[in-house]
Amino acid sequence: MNHQTALKYATDLDLVQQATLDDRSRHLRRLIFRAIENGGRGHIGPALSLVEIIRVLYDDFLRVDPAKPKQLERDRFILSKGHGCLALYAVLADRGFFDVSELDRFCHFESFLGGHPETVVPGVEACTGALGHGLSIGLGMALAARMTGRDSKVYVLMGDGEINEGSVWEAAACADKHRLSNLTAIIDYNKIQSAGSVFEIQNMEPLADKWTAFGFRVFECNGHDVEDLRQVFREAAAYAGDRPRAVICHTVKGKGIPAAENNPDWHHKSDLKPAELQIVRSALGS
Amino acid sequence: MRKRSLDMVHTLAKRDERVVFIGSDLSPNLLGEMKKEFPSRYYMEGIAEANIIGMAAGMAMDGFVPYVNTIATFITRRCYEQVAVDLCLHDLPVRLIGNGGGYVYAPLGPTHEAIEDIAIMRALPRMTVTAVCDAEEMTRLMDATLDWPHPIYIRLGKGGDPVISKAERGFAIGKAIDMIDGETGASDVLLIATGVATTQALKAAGSLAADGIRCRLLHLHTVKPIDADAIVDAASKTKLVVTVEEHSVVGGLGSAVLETLSDRLTGALPPVKRLGIPDKFAEHYGSQAKLMEDFKFDAKGIDVTVRKFLAELRR
Repeated sequence: MNHQTALKYATDLDLVQQATLDDRSRHLRRLIFRAIENGGRGHIGPALSLVEIIRVLYDDFLRVDPAKPKQLERDRFILSKGHGCLALYAVLADRGFFDVSELDRFCHFESFLGGHPETVVPGVEACTGALGHGLSIGLGMALAARMTGRDSKVYVLMGDGEINEGSVWEAAACADKHRLSNLTAIIDYNKIQSAGSVFEIQNMEPLADKWTAFGFRVFECNGHDVEDLRQVFREAAAYAGDRPRAVICHTVKGKGIPAAENNPDWHHKSDLKPAELQIVRSALGS
Repeated sequence: MRKRSLDMVHTLAKRDERVVFIGSDLSPNLLGEMKKEFPSRYYMEGIAEANIIGMAAGMAMDGFVPYVNTIATFITRRCYEQVAVDLCLHDLPVRLIGNGGGYVYAPLGPTHEAIEDIAIMRALPRMTVTAVCDAEEMTRLMDATLDWPHPIYIRLGKGGDPVISKAERGFAIGKAIDMIDGETGASDVLLIATGVATTQALKAAGSLAADGIRCRLLHLHTVKPIDADAIVDAASKTKLVVTVEEHSVVGGLGSAVLETLSDRLTGALPPVKRLGIPDKFAEHYGSQAKLMEDFKFDAKGIDVTVRKFLAELRR
């Protein structure tokens, strides 16, 4: 992690690693493991790094109604890194888009909750899983809102490995061209992709400079500090310029389960062993 | 045909405010009148096919009907995953207008020749695949696209193609058209063609009929969904089926017809000969007409093939 120590960010990356989770964050993680235990598999690390980001968006920012998930005037949230879907399912279930008991059927034959999110799930805006698609879809939605005079805001959450995809940067250039101030790109910067450290597999630094160069107004925060997230999304929303926004959220892959934190082995598990489940229970409580 | 399809986008935009045009770095004044009249629904984007497909998907998810246009190879090969996932998986009413189906861009070489576009588009669930034969039929197709609820691939010919279609024969997406008056029943040979290959097949049917060979010609402006009933019925009343397409013989119209007959025809399958582009990239430049002649699916090549196989059947 030598590269990481050389990173120049205002956010204290040690505090990101040390961030403690409140009851609600632990509750949402228990929902995630409820699904994993019943489904027998799941992307763990990629979901645990973005729980707080999605939680804050749904709790405090997105104008969405679980009873009317297709209402035209709503804001849109696209989880472009679809493999982080367990966190989205947990938040959607918790907020009443569907019954929490659906989590028990995760990845089952008859379930609508699969290993990547699809629009059959109430509250899911786009089928994702193939990486690098969400920002283009999001900018299409942002343009649709502009064409119809709607005030809808569009948020697109991408992984730090996902942004290796060239299509992300095609979309970034296009969002800049159209001055999509109603579009916010969010980067879940947990600094570990499937094969290992992003700094070894495909370093995207200087990341903030890249988004700035592509015309975005860039913000950053501790992606596990709920107050910090609220503050940064408030600032991004209050920013009066005509640029699209990018929010770089410094996070920890596997956050909340010490054995899983910063551990690529917990990227995806298809057979959680009793000992590992015990580790999860002792970390999250029951 | 190309000009008509784009002019029709403007016409449809006047008729319906859901219609949006998205181009990828096309000619400077393309659809200039539409740009003037509906600036907010006219997008000329950069050379970024993956992005414009996703962008069109996002608009379609929120109620728009985007018509996306660029060169056929780029709108199919370059962004295949976006077409599959963003358009087909979501089943969105986005229209892909591909310039230069087949050998239209013969002088520009294999990077610009869409020889497998029908095959790869046809392989995608929910995708509708069309290749009309002339500008007049393009008008009828474009009219029908407005309310078709699925993604559509619209393959374009060169432009200035002779008009052989007739309004009185009707038009509906997914419905084959009998192209020869009085030849809608039993035949010596059943020609099945799509796109401008239908023009070649019609010409061949004329020279064959002059020698007393009864030809029926089914024009499939829609390769998917395929008109299985028409194909099976016509094939059950002929001695020989010959498919003609300006496309690879792998996976295109000929393959679709064979699949249909194999799945649906009860009783003996008539001999089926596929004419089209062999499984190879072009090794010459020249012109569209010259390459069609070279691979023997121009009118003369069709005529020769039909006579040869009918003679073999008589032996």
